[in-house]
Amino acid sequence: MKDIQELLNQQSFFKDMSPEMLNQIAGCGENQEFSPGEYLGKEGEPAHHFYIIRSGKVSVQINHPSKGAMTIWTLTPGEYGGFSWIIPPYRMQFDLKAQEHTSVVALDGKCLKKICDEDHHIGYIFMQQAAAIMVKRLHDTRIQLLDVYSTKH
Amino acid sequence: MFTAQNISPELTVEESSSDIWIPSPYVVADKHVENDDLVTFVYEPASEDILDPMQPGQFNMLYAFGIGEIPISVSSLISDHPRITHTIQNVGAVSKACCNMRVGDQIGLRGPFGTPWPVEDAKFKDVIIMAGGVGFAPLRPVVEFIEEYRDDYGEVNFLFGTRDPHSILFHQDVISLQSDPSVNFQITVDHSFSNWRGNVGVVTTLVEKAEFDPENTVAFVCGPEIMMRYGAYSLIDAGVDEENIFISMERNMKCAIGHCGHCQYGPLFVCKDGPVFLYPAIKNYLNIREL
Repeated sequence: MKDIQELLNQQSFFKDMSPEMLNQIAGCGENQEFSPGEYLGKEGEPAHHFYIIRSGKVSVQINHPSKGAMTIWTLTPGEYGGFSWIIPPYRMQFDLKAQEHTSVVALDGKCLKKICDEDHHIGYIFMQQAAAIMVKRLHDTRIQLLDVYSTKH
Repeated sequence: MFTAQNISPELTVEESSSDIWIPSPYVVADKHVENDDLVTFVYEPASEDILDPMQPGQFNMLYAFGIGEIPISVSSLISDHPRITHTIQNVGAVSKACCNMRVGDQIGLRGPFGTPWPVEDAKFKDVIIMAGGVGFAPLRPVVEFIEEYRDDYGEVNFLFGTRDPHSILFHQDVISLQSDPSVNFQITVDHSFSNWRGNVGVVTTLVEKAEFDPENTVAFVCGPEIMMRYGAYSLIDAGVDEENIFISMERNMKCAIGHCGHCQYGPLFVCKDGPVFLYPAIKNYLNIREL
């Protein structure tokens, strides 16, 4: 578990957590590897994991009936994927697909939620960080929707 | 530290020669279609009437005879003077006429006008070039200049965001930059296709992938105004001093020497005081509607 704790310690997401907190959270984690084209999770499936991308690249995708899989975002090393375990109905909202060979720290959602429920201080830090990322992504998505590069206004 | 004074050539009507109003005849020497609505032209003089050499960031007024004039930034300085390279987006009557020109067709040019990117002053610093869409074109001469004097600069980051994979321009430059170990080139698209393997997301997210010392970094930003606004925010959030952020504005420039007022922007004229501005000089106007 020490390896996982060290990896967590390097992430800005966990910067406000004490070593004891990190030790607890590290207990929920494991290293996972994904080959190109392999899914970390699929839309509609129960959300099991919170992923910290260590290397590689992950596409956040929506499957379009006629256009196929549309990548709406990409996750690169140091970024985070899979927040659905924290919010009901705990269901994956998008596909997460490895674009290249990808290494992640996968934190088990149920385990994390149990820790957050039992220690609200950890839960608060977790939600604070998660909210900051989700708000930034929502903001960036709004800018994407503006289609600022289009000349057809 | 940069000041507005040391990037502005302070061109005045009085100092400019009377023939600043008269276009010099040039001909299309080369034409390259970049994508559906963007064309790059190399022009060469059709007479002994030759424009002065341009600096990165400056623009010329391009006159499609009988139709009208438009301001277009220089998009490359590799072609030896007196050749001039411009990349034109087909968005209106004049630009359409310009884009439709063929090799050998004649065009009128006035210039060069406006403030340049302060590439000399940025030497010995880390550099972030942030381009959005067609904003790549005015920044291309900056990339060329830095590549020519690469040893004089610290870390060089080129962050390029565009609409979708089809709208990527200067393909050869992009391929070259992707394989250049001396430049941290990052590209992202707002909207992807299923066969796109690159980044998807707004260009501001690329700041996190840039390598730089915030206290010794100069940033050059060009693109749609919204993108530049949020680009500046993301650079400031990353620790870059706003006094070291330059952005290139676009307005309806007509006379190009601050005489007609078409491009007035608060107390400034984009044609004369810009188009390259120090961010603090214009930041308070960027959020004013219909300015």
